[in-house]
This record gives sequence, structure tokens and C-alpha cells, in this order.
Amino acid sequence: MAATAETKQQVEDMSGEYKYGFSTDVEMDMAPIGLSEDVVRFISAKKEEPEWMLNWRLKAYRSWLKMAEPNWAKVNYPKIDYNEIYFYAAPKSQNKPKSLDEVDPELLRMYEKLGIPLREQEVLAGVEGAAKVAVDAVFDSVSVATTFREELKKAGVVFMSISEAVREYPELVQKYLGTVVPQRDNYFAALNCAVFSDGTFVYIPKGVRCPMELSTYFRINAENTGQFERTLIVAEEGSYVSYLEGCTAPMRDENQLHAAVVELVALDDAEIKYSTVQNWYPGDKDGKGGIYNFVTKRALCKGKNSKVSWTQVETGSAVTWKYPSCVLAGENSVGEFYSVAVTNNYQQADTGTKMIHLGKNSRSRIISKGISAGKSQNTYRGLVKILPGADGVRNYTQCDSLLVSSESGAHTVPYIEVKNPSAQVEHEATTSKISEDQLFYCRARGFGEEEAVAMIVNGFCRDVMQHLPMEFAVEAQKLLGISLEGSVG
Amino acid sequence: MLKINDLHASVDGNKILKGVTLEVKAGEVHAIMGLNGAGKSTLANTIAGRDDYEVTAGSIEFQGKNLLDMEPHVRVGEGLFLGFQYPVEIPGVSNLNFMRTALNSVRKYRGLEDMSAAEFMKLIRAKAEKLGMAPDMLKRFVNVGFSGGEKKRNEMVQMAVLDPTLAILDETDSGLDIDALKTVAAGINAQRRADTAILLITHYQRLLDYVEPDVVHVMIDGKIVKSGGKELAVELEEKGYADVA
Repeated sequence: MAATAETKQQVEDMSGEYKYGFSTDVEMDMAPIGLSEDVVRFISAKKEEPEWMLNWRLKAYRSWLKMAEPNWAKVNYPKIDYNEIYFYAAPKSQNKPKSLDEVDPELLRMYEKLGIPLREQEVLAGVEGAAKVAVDAVFDSVSVATTFREELKKAGVVFMSISEAVREYPELVQKYLGTVVPQRDNYFAALNCAVFSDGTFVYIPKGVRCPMELSTYFRINAENTGQFERTLIVAEEGSYVSYLEGCTAPMRDENQLHAAVVELVALDDAEIKYSTVQNWYPGDKDGKGGIYNFVTKRALCKGKNSKVSWTQVETGSAVTWKYPSCVLAGENSVGEFYSVAVTNNYQQADTGTKMIHLGKNSRSRIISKGISAGKSQNTYRGLVKILPGADGVRNYTQCDSLLVSSESGAHTVPYIEVKNPSAQVEHEATTSKISEDQLFYCRARGFGEEEAVAMIVNGFCRDVMQHLPMEFAVEAQKLLGISLEGSVG
Repeated sequence: MLKINDLHASVDGNKILKGVTLEVKAGEVHAIMGLNGAGKSTLANTIAGRDDYEVTAGSIEFQGKNLLDMEPHVRVGEGLFLGFQYPVEIPGVSNLNFMRTALNSVRKYRGLEDMSAAEFMKLIRAKAEKLGMAPDMLKRFVNVGFSGGEKKRNEMVQMAVLDPTLAILDETDSGLDIDALKTVAAGINAQRRADTAILLITHYQRLLDYVEPDVVHVMIDGKIVKSGGKELAVELEEKGYADVA
């Protein structure tokens, strides 16, 4: 721990000057507890939003008041009291650890295993002042971010926070915001519309192939995106973008409720590849604490030959409720969903996808791998819907579940609605338990128990992992192993 | 090198080993022969440390250390190798990745650096070629869709890569045609050195035509009932287990 102590000292030295500023900010940036029209107005005012944006939020808020929290998912959690939540609280510095020494040692051990540099560990762990230190002191990351922005600008790609975009590109935001996930789509989406804190806006102009993978990592140091994240990606005709969301390291976060909305729009011949690694705090071994992750992610394949590919590796959160979907409106459009969901201890995940086929000859492919360990519950829930006008549609679905422990549960709930007789729909599902024979075989080749589990699980997930961009895949592999530590039995 | 003394072991509460005593010295090849159910595989799995094999009495010492105190992977680090009677399939994991991880785990245990990818490729290609394994087999998933012979050959490649001090080969000869048997035997003979030892577990004397043992043991009902030179194997083949024992 010598290096940590050293860094701690360095950070204390460097962050000294920021301390005062941070605590002042906090007092000013806190909305009153609970949710009301005033809170919505407060958030909008904080963000210096134009009138139309405020009205949009208020309309969503009024809808939300009349809606009910969904209860059909196979998850259990205590009732959320929306009057006990702060809906706008910029950096929660009051409770920030002063140094890594105050951070949960389990979390640090995980960072170490993932090979994350100490400076980044501090940013992730939310050490007071660390984000600024990371930006100011780590010279390389500044220059990387700068070069990055310049290169994107040259290509005409817009990549900024959604708050900035509301001010700088109001026509674009107004044209697309809420067109894929309507305000009243569901309870959590409506909530997000009313109170979204920030998020990302990406616009790829016609015919442009985005010159690099866009990663939230380059933005995260600058702004606190908070618990109600909003992402909008628009790919114009013939454009291409690959977007990476999240981080393999668990982010320290005191917000229990997360309700994000992600909207993707792909026009003619455009392609969007959206990859997520979600590793939020899952709660402790006894199921205490942890994030509730209620996300609405949807893509509209609006144009002909458009393509959207969702790839997700979900290992975190206490409760996950998430169905990244594709509305395949364009002729010959393609939707893909590749998912790995790992649950351990008392985690609950209800995740899957919806493929809605409207366009002729549209195709979709679903590969879902669920891994349940500890006493967790892992559900795949998916809908494949083919509308009457959609001729020549094809879908292939494969859902595999792997049980690592005997006390965990794996559930598969596929819904298939076919209203056009020309459709070809295939569904395959398997459930298996990690076998003693496999474990012993690995161990008899020198693998430790956890290494053996990680190897077998990674093999099980291979079909999904290979769709992750390189830089994510290696880390995600390590992450799978770490998430399953202590889970054999 | 290996000293087993009065070993008793049970599986699911059934007593299988009922007092096995055996000593294997460096440079020796021992063969354990016996009918199905005699406890040969149980002995192999117990030495390798399989969880559900419970040792109820006796001891196993390997190079002066108490083997029974060690986790299975530690035993591998110490130089033990078990060639499986039924090699296990691991879907999605390439043979290359599997073997490289295995080798580096063992190296780590011994305090050595990881072997670089380039160096490893050189090593494994050489070993695979020697054992007549096609290069594309290395890229395939571990044992998935391999024929019986290919699986056994794969075990031999793994053994060659890990270069164990003591190799226990559990019915490595079963299900092999004569050509495969010859390559597997060549693999075993290549592993035979003054500083290594090999314990062959087999039904038939056939393998022993190609790998000549120093000592042959006959196992019946969880005990070694008779030991002798290689001529004992021939005698068994001719007269059958009942008469010899």
C-alpha cells in the first residue's frame, strides 16, 4: 500500500486549493428534497435552458404524476419514496472520501485487479478534488482529450454534453429529443425527461465515418453527469459511429436511483454501434445498498439499410431493469443485441431487448448470456414483434443461461408476436450449470478456483464479448472474473 | 518422488480406496493395471486433488511435501500432471488461450515471469507438431468436437507444454487406434527422463508394448495386490486378473 499512501499525500497536497471551492459549490447546487414543478424549474434554470426545454420538462413531469411505477419485472426492492430523493445535487462533496485510505478496501482491490492507475482510481472512487487533479496534473490525458476534440471537429462530428447541445444546437435537439422514447413511454423515462441532469449528444453528419470510438471516458472528468443521464445520438445518412459507454471500474456513487434514457436515430445507410459496460455498485455481500438501474434505451432504425448494434456487459447494480431495443422501421434495416448479464450475491437483473419489425426485409439478431451466482436472480425478457406490413423479416434469438451456484436463479421470458406469415423467427435457449468436471479440469491444469470460473464464464460469453471494441473487451474479460469472485458453490 | 502410504478414500460415502501403498522414484515408469471399478481412476483423481474425493486415512507425499494439504492447482505448480481419461470440453475457450493460461499460472506459482505470446507460440507449435496435432486444432475450443483420439493427443500436448515432474496418465490409451497409440506413446517416452516419473493407469497391456514400464502393479478392489516387472503385464494379459492375483 506504499504507493497508495504516496498518492494520497500527493493528492492532499494538490487538492488543498480546491477544497474550499468545492464546499461552496455544494451549498449552492442543491435543489430542495423531493420532486415538484419548482424543482424541475430549478434544474432547468441551473442549466440556463431555453423556454422550450423547460416546458418540455414540465410536460413530462405532469405526465409522470399520473403514471404508475411498473411492477411486471422479476425484481423486488423496497418502494421508492420520490419525496426523499434529491433530484439535483451536483458533486456530493460532503461525503466524499478525502483520500483512497477512506475508500472501501474491496473497491480498491478491484481497481488493482483491473490494473487501473492510482490517479484514475481516485477519480472513480470520488476522492475529493481528484477529478480536477486528474485533468490538471495528468498531462497526457489533457493532450489526448484536446487532440481528440480537434480531430472530431475537423470531421464535423458533434460530441458534447446534452446541456451544451440544448444551447448550441437547439434545432437538432428539438428535432430528435423524445422521438424514439416518447415522454410518456414509461414511468422512469417520464421521470428522466423531467429531471435529467446531463448526458451526451452526438451528431454524425451525412456520409461521415466517425474517425474514432467515442467514449464517455473523455467527457466524464469535465462534467458530473449524475443519476438521470440523457443520451441522444443521431447518425445522418451513410454515417457510422461507435460509442462506448461506461467503465469497467465500479464508480463510487451515492445516488441509489438511476434512470437514464438513451435514444439513437439511424437514417438511411447509417450504422450505430453502442457498447456498454455497466459496473455500478451492486451492494454488499448481504444485499445491502447498491444502485437501482432503471434504464430506457431504444434505437430507431429510421432509414433503409440502417443498422444499430447494442452490446452490453452488465455486472453491476443491485437491481437492473433494462431493455435496449430497436424499432426497425427502415427497409432492410438491421438490429442486433449482444448481452452478458452477470449477477452475484443478492443482485437482481431483468434485462433483454425488444426488436420491433416495421420495415420490409428487416433483420434482427439477439444473443443473450446470463450468468447467475450467489443468491442472485437473472432474467432475460425479450420481445420480437413483426407487424403486418413487414414482409420477409428474419430474427434469430439465442438465450443461454449459466448457473454458477445452486441458490441462484435463471429465467427466460421470450415474447414473440408475428403478424406477417412470411417471417422467419428462430429462438434457441439453454440453461446449464457450471460443471464440476470443467472446474476440476481447469484446476488440474494449474488454474486457481476463481481463475477457472473466469475462464469458463468467458468462454460461455465469447459470442458476445467478440462484439465489444478491443479496448473494452480485454477489460470486460477481467471484469467478469472479478464479478464472480467467491461465487463458486 | 511419490510416496503413498495406506491411502483410503471415498466418493459419495462409498469406500473406493482401501489402503493403497505405492512408491515411485525419479526416472521410473510405473503401470497400474486393473479391471473397471478397481479404483484406478479414483487413485489418479485423489492424487490430483479432486474435491469430491475424500481421503479418510493414509498419506501422499510428493517430493517430500504433504500433497494432501495442497489445492489442486498448487499440486500442478509443484510439478504434478493428470492426463484425463475423459478430457473435458470447454466451449468458447481456445486451446491456445487455455494452454497459455495454464502455463503462465504454473510459471507464476514458481515465481517466473509470464511467457511472451511469441515465445509461447513457438513452444506450442513445436510440441503440437511432434505429437502430430494439426495447427488449426490449437485454435479450436478446448476438446469441443474433438474425436477420442484427438482429445488424448491434446492431453499429451498439454503435458509436453507443462513439462511435469510426475505425470499420471489415466487410461490415455483407451479409444485410440494403433497410429494414435504410437504417437501418444512417443509423447510419453519423450517425457521420460532421469528427473521425471510417470504413472500409467491402464486396462490393457497394449500401451506397455510401446512404453516399457519399470514396475507393474495390479489393483483389485481398492488395493494393490501384486507388483512386479513388465512381465507381470504379459502374464495378466494371458491369464486374466483372477488367476494372477
